[in-house]
Amino acid sequence: MDLFSGALGIHERALGVRSQRLEVLSRNIANADTPNYKAEELDFKAMLKETSREYISATHAKHYAALEEQPDDGKRFRVPFNSTFDGNTVEISVEQAQFGQAAADYQTTLNFLENRISGIRKALKGE
Amino acid sequence: MRTLDSVFGIAGTALNSQLVRMNTTASNLANASTVAKTEGEAFRAKRPVFKALVKDEFTNAGFPYLGGVKVDQVVDDPTPIRSIYDPGNPSADEKGYVYLSNVNEMQEMVEMMAASRSYQNNVEVVNTARQLMMRTLEITKS
Repeated sequence: MDLFSGALGIHERALGVRSQRLEVLSRNIANADTPNYKAEELDFKAMLKETSREYISATHAKHYAALEEQPDDGKRFRVPFNSTFDGNTVEISVEQAQFGQAAADYQTTLNFLENRISGIRKALKGE
Repeated sequence: MRTLDSVFGIAGTALNSQLVRMNTTASNLANASTVAKTEGEAFRAKRPVFKALVKDEFTNAGFPYLGGVKVDQVVDDPTPIRSIYDPGNPSADEKGYVYLSNVNEMQEMVEMMAASRSYQNNVEVVNTARQLMMRTLEITKS
């Protein structure tokens, strides 16, 4: 029986991506003073696209081996507004703002999930 | 799958590194007015050099520190040592010179403020991650 497999929709996966983004930003903040550290960012759109992408694979012995395709992990390097002497591209105020936004995004996804769960609960109770 | 857990590890390494930076600053300030008999013995300001933990080999298994930061080395400030003529000083050499430390108090104060701000940033990261985690736990109560 596959009653609840799709019940949470995209939000289940989105929560994972959101927490991953928080991790990337916390990495940038932690390395704000590290020489030559390059700030990273997640491309949410690319990551979401990745979930529905299908890869060519050889399913039969007589198939030609497909080209190795690397899944897009959505990681991109930030382009800094200003350059620094030590090669570090973290701009702390940008990171702070992004971190605040990422935290809010995470809570939004949580809210969606909560709504879904309370909906399922209502349906189960049959009130 | 890496989750919110690793945020705590990463911010923890940053707190650690910034604390080392704060300690070196304290040491530099404490030794700012020391004098020495020779140029080699004179106190030189210490500077920590940070390094990102980008490879698995830097991290302990079970602790999600990957992506954090560590103090790679502590280097001496290359600013030249100043000497002053002070024959009355017990540390003076034959010619009556003593060698001062190359600590610049202004620079150290700025360094201290920068370290303190960075520390606060990472504390805030930990706080936010903790709040989000608690909210995630409460999802079952909705």
